[in-house]
Amino acid sequence: MSETTPVIKVRDLVVGFGTQIVLDHLDMDVRPAEILGVVGASGAGKSVLLRTIIGLIPRREGSIDVLGKDLDNVDESERRALERRWGVLFQQGALFSSLTVKQNIQFPMRENLEISQRLMDEMAYAKLEMVGLSPRDGEKYPSELSGGMTKRAALARALALDPEIVFLDEPTSGLDPISAGDFDELIRTLQQTLAITVFMVTHDLESLYTACDRIAVLADGKLAAEGPIATMLESEHPWVKTYFQGKRGSSLADRELTQ
Amino acid sequence: MGEALLTQKLVGDRLELIAGGSWTAPYAGELETEINRLAGGTSGAKPVKTNDVSIDMGGVRELDTFGAWLLERLTRQWTGAGRDAVVVGLPQHGADLVEEMHTVNREPPPRTRRMNPIVSFFAAIGRGTTGFAGSFHTFAQMLGATGVALGRVLFRPSEYRLTSTVHQFDRVALQAVPIIALITFLIGAIVAQQGIFHFRKFGAELYAVDLVGILVLREIGVLIVAIMVAGRSGSSYTAELGSMKMREEIDALRTMGFDPIEVLVLPRIIVLVIALPALTFLGSMAALYGGGIVAWLYGGMSPDIYIARLTDAISLTHFQVGMIKAPFMGLVIGLVACAEGLRVKGSAESLGIQTTKSVVESIFMVIVLDGLFAIFFASIGM
Repeated sequence: MSETTPVIKVRDLVVGFGTQIVLDHLDMDVRPAEILGVVGASGAGKSVLLRTIIGLIPRREGSIDVLGKDLDNVDESERRALERRWGVLFQQGALFSSLTVKQNIQFPMRENLEISQRLMDEMAYAKLEMVGLSPRDGEKYPSELSGGMTKRAALARALALDPEIVFLDEPTSGLDPISAGDFDELIRTLQQTLAITVFMVTHDLESLYTACDRIAVLADGKLAAEGPIATMLESEHPWVKTYFQGKRGSSLADRELTQ
Repeated sequence: MGEALLTQKLVGDRLELIAGGSWTAPYAGELETEINRLAGGTSGAKPVKTNDVSIDMGGVRELDTFGAWLLERLTRQWTGAGRDAVVVGLPQHGADLVEEMHTVNREPPPRTRRMNPIVSFFAAIGRGTTGFAGSFHTFAQMLGATGVALGRVLFRPSEYRLTSTVHQFDRVALQAVPIIALITFLIGAIVAQQGIFHFRKFGAELYAVDLVGILVLREIGVLIVAIMVAGRSGSSYTAELGSMKMREEIDALRTMGFDPIEVLVLPRIIVLVIALPALTFLGSMAALYGGGIVAWLYGGMSPDIYIARLTDAISLTHFQVGMIKAPFMGLVIGLVACAEGLRVKGSAESLGIQTTKSVVESIFMVIVLDGLFAIFFASIGM
């Protein structure tokens, strides 16, 4: 894959429910091995965009290319192969509640790979340690985990098959600032060691500063602005301006400058 | 594929391994077999490694955590045997990954506690028994809590949730009318047909009407309706309350100063206590009607004779016996369903277990209660 080919290419995307149009002829690129943060007001369609790309919401118009494959022109088996190459971290974790954490992580491995139970156990423990949990947490059930642990366990499951793209839906929401910071750092480190592309929907300004390479702002169903944090701070778009230069945004920007 | 993942060559007293191809998840199974073969067995038995080893990773096209971990396992097998293992030719990003893998799986994996099968067999029996006793306990608790809530509401009637009651009544009683009427109609018809068929041998066909009348009014009407309601509404109560419990809605109610028993449980139980007699009445009538139709079409008994015979055979007492039982059955179904609903824990599986339990227990309790009533009515001569 050359540097110029985007990993995800969205063109002319229209998504709506009933009479309401959520995404209106949206174009967007995600480049290889970058962390892209998608922001926007509540209800701007960030999660809808994510869910459309991974195929959970039907689209009305437009095309989506993921890893060089047009999602309209893939057959069932190609699609399954493609789905194996991405991992999704849902907002609430979406761990299977009747399986232990370890079994949750092993679930995609068991279904897709032919490997021994020993290797599966070792890999599950490896993934748990990579996301900062201990192997002992693998024996717990999702209902016994705290919010932060749930997110970590869900990330471990998203990474189970070593995907090339990871979709994160508000990974730091509901975490305290310290855990959220740790989580950002974790995503950053994992992205560097595993060389994955990260598509992250977030509300967290802190994540945008510390974790993201590029930021895409959704407003009125389109991309209002796109680029690294410096571009965002210079943007004249009213929503982008309020978001990044409002009280919470500017204090972070100052801190960033003084460092 | 085509490329060998691992080829070995002995150079002096040094084993040289040349890696190639993709060391990624799809090839992990194959790679593991190769590595196990090198280690001299698939089991954990200590392999004999007499040589130092060097692994050339230069030919590997792709490497992910699966490959990196297997490489780490390979080197650990050698270093664990006191030999030297050198990895050369790793690309930068691969080196990071292997570095990461270097720290994992250092501790022995946590033991999943395995119980002796005999012990676990007896433990399961014990748990089942205490669980059974526990259900009675929660049932009594729910009865008490509902009684208290009812008392509170009687003192402050304005706080009673009438809207919720009406809504529940619509769901539990009105929407159940068609199916209940149909089922009881069929049951009445079947009882009549069987009665006529067998009594005909003795020329006592007329007594089939007695059979239908008494059986339906005293037992069948109320039992069938109670079992239907337990399956239909009891299960939905349990599932509703259970999912509310899972999503912390019940905790939310409590923190806002509401008693969940008063807000959620009491209206539901009161609705069942009202709905069950109403449905029982309807069901009994439908069953008598079904019996009449069969007597007419199959038994050749004209409707006039059927009604006249019915008037002789049954008395108000039979009707009363059935109707008196109905509200108690409603109460039992409601209490069991709500108690099981509130016992749901975090997982989807637990919701399923409690819903099953709710239906099984309430049907069981309905039949036990029916037996107790039979003894009671017999002793007071009703």
